[in-house]
Order: sequence, then structure tokens, then C-alpha cells
Amino acid sequence: MATGTPLERKPLTFAERTYVPQILSGLKTTWQHLVRPKETLEYPEQRPAIPPGYRGVPTLVKDPHGREKCVSCQLCEFVCPPKAIRITPGEIAPDAPTGHVEKAPKEFEIDMLRCIYCGMCQEVCPEEAIFLQNQFSMTGYTREEMVNNKARLYELGGTLPDDHFKWDKKLEAEKHGNAH
Amino acid sequence: MIAPPKPDLVTVNIDGKEIAVPKGTNAIEAARLVGVDVPYYCYHPKLTIVGNCRMCLIEIGMPAVDPATKAPIMDPATGKQKINWIPRPQIGCATNASPGLHIRTQTPQIKDCREGVMEFLLVNHPLDCPICDQAGECKLQEQSTGYGRGYSRYIEQKNVKPKRTQLGPRVMLDDERCILCSRCIRFSKEIAKDDVLGFIDRGSYSTLTCYPGKKLENNYSLNTVDICPVGALTSTDFRFKMRVWFLKQTNSIDTESSVGANTVVWSREGQIYRITPRQNDGVNDTWMADSGRELYKQVKADTRLVSTTLDGRAAPLDAALKAAADLLAAGSVAVVGSGRSSVEEQFLTKKLAAALKAPAYLVSRVGEGDQLLISADKNPNIRGALVTGLIATLPAAKLAELAAHIDAGRIKTVVSVGEDLAVAGLTAAQLAKVAVVYLGTHANATSAAARVVIPTLTVFEKGGTFVNQQFRLQKFAKAVPGPAGATDDLAVLAKLAKVAATDLASVWTLLAAEVPALGTMSFANIPDTGLLLDATPFAGLPFVEGESLHYQPAAKVAATA
Repeated sequence: MATGTPLERKPLTFAERTYVPQILSGLKTTWQHLVRPKETLEYPEQRPAIPPGYRGVPTLVKDPHGREKCVSCQLCEFVCPPKAIRITPGEIAPDAPTGHVEKAPKEFEIDMLRCIYCGMCQEVCPEEAIFLQNQFSMTGYTREEMVNNKARLYELGGTLPDDHFKWDKKLEAEKHGNAH
Repeated sequence: MIAPPKPDLVTVNIDGKEIAVPKGTNAIEAARLVGVDVPYYCYHPKLTIVGNCRMCLIEIGMPAVDPATKAPIMDPATGKQKINWIPRPQIGCATNASPGLHIRTQTPQIKDCREGVMEFLLVNHPLDCPICDQAGECKLQEQSTGYGRGYSRYIEQKNVKPKRTQLGPRVMLDDERCILCSRCIRFSKEIAKDDVLGFIDRGSYSTLTCYPGKKLENNYSLNTVDICPVGALTSTDFRFKMRVWFLKQTNSIDTESSVGANTVVWSREGQIYRITPRQNDGVNDTWMADSGRELYKQVKADTRLVSTTLDGRAAPLDAALKAAADLLAAGSVAVVGSGRSSVEEQFLTKKLAAALKAPAYLVSRVGEGDQLLISADKNPNIRGALVTGLIATLPAAKLAELAAHIDAGRIKTVVSVGEDLAVAGLTAAQLAKVAVVYLGTHANATSAAARVVIPTLTVFEKGGTFVNQQFRLQKFAKAVPGPAGATDDLAVLAKLAKVAATDLASVWTLLAAEVPALGTMSFANIPDTGLLLDATPFAGLPFVEGESLHYQPAAKVAATA
């Protein structure tokens, strides 16, 4: 039940009853916006600048030498909260240039209808192979189109710089062969 | 049977907790009993002790006694007997329980020791976890998290050892990952009795390898993969197929022979990836044969029957069942049961034969036993047929009597529960002479000749029980769903036999009521390690099995007694 005394409405002054000052102050705001720089973008011709750390569409990346970084450890598949990731692990042939890495995904699918852009896959990846990059718009006409396969993920991901070159060091050690 | 002598119990003190254990119990096992984890790599309960990983270091002490008078020396501070602690740590795996033994596992010295051992083990271990199949079930991963230092001080170059070494047809070796625990060497020598593995070179260059000109190719080679605490030994079949943390574990039974090794089936989303042994100290310890691990491939085989057929054409299940019922109602029926069926299915087969007043036959499969975990009887469940009363004597390999009946025209319809009648000695002409109702999983000569074919489930797709050579009733569970088009054997047999029980629980109510040997049991009550049934009613039968692990043929037992 409502309690307390109700507010008493004050009578309007003469100026308020003419409406003129209110109209003028409203027009002032409008005119100010006419001369100010524009806040909006002509999307899709113009695109916004993406701030660093933005979590866009998850992609797979290659290292600067063009080696696919994913080794299909399936940790992202495990950690993915909406179960959007599906990996079919595969083996790299021993005589391939990256044969010493032994393992690579045969197929890698991310269902963008399921993805919630949480970035857990990027955080868990021990090989720094999966990144949520700047692309924010994913559209398609069918459900199948909205599933990014391995080829599409590498196309979206491109190449990112690498701080470690872990597997190159490993190959070097193998060639150096610390055997007795 | 003669009861084993009562174990000599001694009281030991582990981290302040007293426990009575049989004399001589390993310190690791004793600590496990009081809930204290002693980490280890090289120790394995079924192998000899070597003590070369040094991970299980503990402090041990004994109550102090005066050397001259043997009188206990009391500690005035506590009023209890003084404990003489050995100043240096000792390995737990080689410490046996003796009266008054005191063990400490949580002291700063032990913590330092474990960190030091972990650090040495990780010195030359590669950073392979993302590509290593052992990740997720790796002792080195678990214990470096639990007992390791947490960071590396090693800046020198690691030793490089050969990767991708094929030790045998089924086992791949990655020498870099090996921590030289020698479990695989001991297994090959002691259990498989095929001494092919050994270390070469010294110190940190020590490398596991096969003896020159030899291969790890015995039928138990994959057990070395199971007991490898790291990812050094991997199975070529399972390698890089799926990470273990995705796999669902289902208890099952190995069906390749009457040993009935206990197994775990690892599957994900209806697909089986591997089969590993499950510990049962009365049957298979922790081992199983390689051949049994490949049986899951039959689930997705090309020859798998997936559609009900009537006279060679696909037909709905109802129509096929009706046609089969009409054939059976016409009389002159014989029922061929199977030693591969579960106890429940054999029971319903018996009900079917009884309802039709038809003779019931079984087919034996006798092969070579290896005196370990494969017996001469390749049927997993001949004894189930004896217990349920489907048969009273041991079956023959060929259905000679049935063949004679068919030739004489006394049998017009044959119901086969998963048995290929052509292999069992019926000629094509004899098969053509009778109407065959075939319940089975895979296409063969019988399914091709059959009037009615009803696809059924493999052992991985249904639950049930088997009775192994020791008359041990063991249950298996459904690991994956059956393919579309296949029907549960129990449901089909129940329909044909006009029994109301179509699932495990209701069949077991009937079993308990009608089979005296199973009178007090229900499916849910059978323990995971199985239940020994009374074998005396069948003692006179000439079973074909020879001696194997935890099994002696009755004749031999009688001879030695």
C-alpha cells in the first residue's frame, strides 16, 4: 500500500505556457548536431575500427613459415561450452616437411550457429593455433554454410606472428641430434 | 575347495593412521588402504618389483628396543614407544609390512625427494603433450601436477631419441617419452613369456628397444601399451584416433574364448575406439589378448546385417516375425542355439525349443589355447547353455544329427540363433531343403540361404551375462546403440517363443524362477568381478580347456588333490 503525502503539482509559469523557450532549446540541440562530426558509419561500405582484444569469429592460423599450427589435440573441442567445435584428428606422413609434428587435424569444423564467441578455445590452445580475430559478421542462407570447415578456417585466419617456433626448434634439435 | 590360510595380519602406522594388513603387504598398497597416495611409475601390482623410478620414496621407522634386553625404549615426551626413523628415504614398493612398521609420506624431505625425482624424469621428456595419445591418462602428467616443482630449471638441450619406432605390428615406440620404468620389459619376460624388450646404452642415453632380429609381436603386446605410464608405447590402431577424455567407458567381456577376460569398451557417440582389459584378479588380472581388442571392428563391418529380409527381400520386422511364427507353427522344427549367445538368450532359446517341442543343438568351436588368456574353447558361453539347461552334454563341432534328420525329411524348419549352419556342417543342398529362420549379426552362407533373416545385436550393443570356464557368471553392458534395422536378440526370441519377458530385468525374473543355479540372483546383483556358480553338476563333462591363468581343468585339480 502506498504511503506518504502525494507531491503537489506546481502551476506552469507564463513562459512555460507559451512553449517558446522549450522549442528553442530543443532546436539548439538539433542545430548543434548538424555541425558536429558524424557519429554513425555508412555500414557496410565503412567498417568500424576493431579494438585490440576483440573476440570475433574463431579462426585457425598458420605460422610465418606457412606451417599449420593446429596439432588436433582437441582441447578446444573439449573446452567449448556450446560444443561448436568438431575435430577429426589425423596423422602427418613421416616424410612430409612437417613430419616431425606427427599430428594435424584431418578435418576441423566450427559451427557458427552454436559458437558463443567466448574465446575459451583461444585461451586453452597449447599451440596458439586458434584465434578469435576481427571478423564480426557471419551470415549464410543454410545451416551448412554456417559451419566453417578447415579450409575456410585457415582462409579466415591467415598467418600470425609466432614468438616460439616450438616445432622448428624441435626439428633443429633433432638434426643437431644430442646423441652420444 | 580348500579355503586359503588366514593371512597373518600385522599393524602398520601410515602417516599416524594405524591399519592391520596381511604381513608382507607392499607399502604402496598398505598406504592405498588408508587413503594415502604414494606416487609411483615402475611399480605394478602384477609384476616383479625393480624399484628403478624412485618416485615412491617414503620415510620408514621401527619401534625402538634396547639391543641388549629387547625391552621397548619409551619416549618420555609422548609416553609411547620411541620410533627409530631411517634417516634416508626408502622406496615404498620394496618395503613390506612388518609388525610395528611406521611410514611417513608427507614430510618436507619426501616432498623434496618427489620434486627432485620428477625434475630428473622430466629432464629429457619432450613437450609432446598436445600430440601425445597418453595425455589425459598419463601418470607423468598427473604426478608432475601433483608432486612436481611446477616450473623447469633446465636450459640445456634435451636428448633427442628416435620417434615413431615400430616395435611390432601393433605397438609404436616413442623413445623420447620413455622414463625407463621397465614395466614393458618385465611384462614381456614374466607374463607374456616372450623376452624381446631391453634397454641399450647408459645413463640419460638409455633407450628401450627390441633385441636384434626380434619384434614385439606376441598376442599380448598391447598390454605393454596399457601399463606404460607415459606415452612411449602407443597402439598403432588407436594412435591419433581420439583423445581419451572424450571416451565413455563401459564394462564388457572378451568373447573370443571361454576365459571371459574382463574388458572396458571405450566409445564416443556410438562409435567404439578401443578395448582395454579391466582388472579382475580371479580371471585375467590386468591383462587381455590383442586379438580380443580388435573385436569391436565387427560392429561397423561391411557384412553387418541391417535389414530384416523375408525370402531375400527387405520386409518389415512384423511381417518377418509373422512369417517365422507361421513356419514354426507348421512343426518339424529344430533350434540351433549358440555358445556365443548370452545366458539370457540361451534361456529364451531353450524356452523356444521347449514350446515347439523341438530338439536344440549347439555348435562347438575348439581351437588352440595359449595357456594364458585364450582357452581352447572359442565359445564364450558353452557353460551358460549347460546352466540354463539348453543342452545337457557338450556339443560337437558339426551338426551331424541335424543333417541326418534333414536328409530323412524329419526336420522342415531350422531356427539358427547366430550360428552359420554351413560352417557347422550342413551342405548347401541340406540348407535348401529346409526353411531357415536366421537371427544374426553378419551376412554369411546361412543368412543368404535363409527364408527369414532378422538382424540382431553384437555383444557391444546389448547387455547380458556369460558363464566362463570357471563357471563364473560375468555381466557385460551395452556400450553403443545398435544400428538402425537391428533388433535386440531377446525381443526377437521372446516374440518367437511367445514369452512376455523381452528385456533383461524381466528375463532375469524368469531365470531366477526357473533355473535353480541362478535362483537367488538378479542381473543388478551380479558384481562387476562376476559370481562363481556351483560347477559340481557338470563335473563329469569332458571340457576341452587346458590350464590357463587362474584356471585349472577339473581333471588336473583332481589329480593334484
